[in-house]
Amino acid sequence: MSVRYALLALLSEGSKYGMQLREEFEAATGDVWPLNVGQVYTTLQRLERDGLIESEDDDEDERQKGYRITAQGATDLAEWLHTPPATAAPPRDELVTKILVALRVPGVDVHEVIQAHRRQVVELMQQWTRFKADDAEMDLPFALVVDAELTRLGAIVRWLGFADKQVTRAAKAPVQSTTPKLRRRMVVRS
Amino acid sequence: MSRVLELRDISKSYGEGANAVRALDEVNLSVDEGHLVAVMGPSGSGKSTLLTIAGSLEAPTSGEVQIAGASLSSMSSNDKARLRRRTIGYVFQDFNLLPGLTAAENVSLPLELDGVSARKAHLAGLAALEQLGLADRAEHYPDQLSGGERQRVAIARSVVGERRLLLADEPSGALDSTNSEAVMRMILEACKRGVAAVVVTHDAHLASWADRVLFLRDGRSVDHVAPDPSDSSLATPRA
Repeated sequence: MSVRYALLALLSEGSKYGMQLREEFEAATGDVWPLNVGQVYTTLQRLERDGLIESEDDDEDERQKGYRITAQGATDLAEWLHTPPATAAPPRDELVTKILVALRVPGVDVHEVIQAHRRQVVELMQQWTRFKADDAEMDLPFALVVDAELTRLGAIVRWLGFADKQVTRAAKAPVQSTTPKLRRRMVVRS
Repeated sequence: MSRVLELRDISKSYGEGANAVRALDEVNLSVDEGHLVAVMGPSGSGKSTLLTIAGSLEAPTSGEVQIAGASLSSMSSNDKARLRRRTIGYVFQDFNLLPGLTAAENVSLPLELDGVSARKAHLAGLAALEQLGLADRAEHYPDQLSGGERQRVAIARSVVGERRLLLADEPSGALDSTNSEAVMRMILEACKRGVAAVVVTHDAHLASWADRVLFLRDGRSVDHVAPDPSDSSLATPRA
C-alpha cells in the first residue's frame, strides 16, 4: 500500500518515467527497500485506473511513458499522509507470543528465553549503530530509517527488561489461590 | 594489541553471614586497547559495582584485577592512587565537574594533582577540549554550559594526558538522544586513539555502540555478544 503512495508523492514533484520513479523511490527510502520494476509498472497501472495519475502520451512502450499526478491523486495523498497507521489494536507480535508460550512450557527457563532474544536484538542494534559510527553524515532518508529501526529494537529490549522483572516478581509474589503453603514455596523456587 | 583491563573471577559480597549480599559472582571481563565494551543489565545487577572494582575504587572480595598488566592486589594504596590519577578516566552520569573551575581547569585538574606543571596541564587540557570540539568553551564555568557540553567536558577530563582506561557509568543518563549519541561518538573516538573503554548502562541504544556487550543479571555474567563487524544479517543493500 505504501509503495502506491510513495509513487504518488514522487509524482507530486512533477511528471516522471517508470524507471526514474524506481530509482527515486529507492533513494528516498534510504536504499533499504528495493523495488522491482514490475512492481512499479503494476502500481502505475492501478493508479491510472483509479484516476490518481495520468500518462502524458499514448506510447505503447511503458518505458517511454511519462506520468503525472491528478487533482484526485493529490487529495488522496494528502489524506493518506495524515491518516494514522493501524496501531490502535495490538499486533499479534511473534516475540510476545513466544514469551507467553514459554511461561506455559514445563522445564523452560523464561529468563533464559528472554535473554536469548535480548542478545539477538542488541546484536541487530549493534549492526544498525555501526552505520552511524562509520558515517556521521549519512543522508537524511537513510538516517531516518536507521533511527526508526534502532527505536523499534530499543523498545523491544525495554519490553524484554520489563518482562524479565515481571516474571521474577510473579515468582516471588504470594500466589492468590488456595494452594497449600508448601506448594507455593515450591512454585517460588522453580 | 595490549590488554588494558583484566577482571578474573571477580566476586563481591557486602555484609556477612546470613545477611551477606552477593553483588558480583565470578565475573570475568577483559578489554584490549582500542576496544569499547558495554556492560548491560537492570539496576541492581552489579554493573556499577563492577565498574568501581575495575577502577580500583573498591576491592573485590575475591578474584583478580589487572590494569595495564599490573595486579591491583599487589599495589600499595599510593600506587593505586597514582594509577587512578594517571591511567584511569571516570565518567559519571551527573558529570561531577567542579563548579568553581572553568572547563579547561576541570579538565587539567587530574594532571595538576599528579604533579604536572600548571602550564603543561593547561595546554593538555586545552588539547583534550579541542579534540572533542569544545575549544570555544574552555573558559566557561559548568553552569554556563548545557548538559551535553558538561558531559563532553567530563569526557575530555577522563581522557586527558596518557589515560588508557575510560570507565563510564550511564554516561548519557539525563541527556537527550542527540547528546547521548554525541557522548558515545566521543568515547568511540577516544577508543580509536587507543583508549580501552567500559560503559555500564541499562540502555540498549548506548550498549549498541560497543564492540562487545556483556550482560549481567543478579551479579552474574549471563551472556555476551561480540559480532564480527564484517558480518551483518541486515537485509539491506547497504549492509
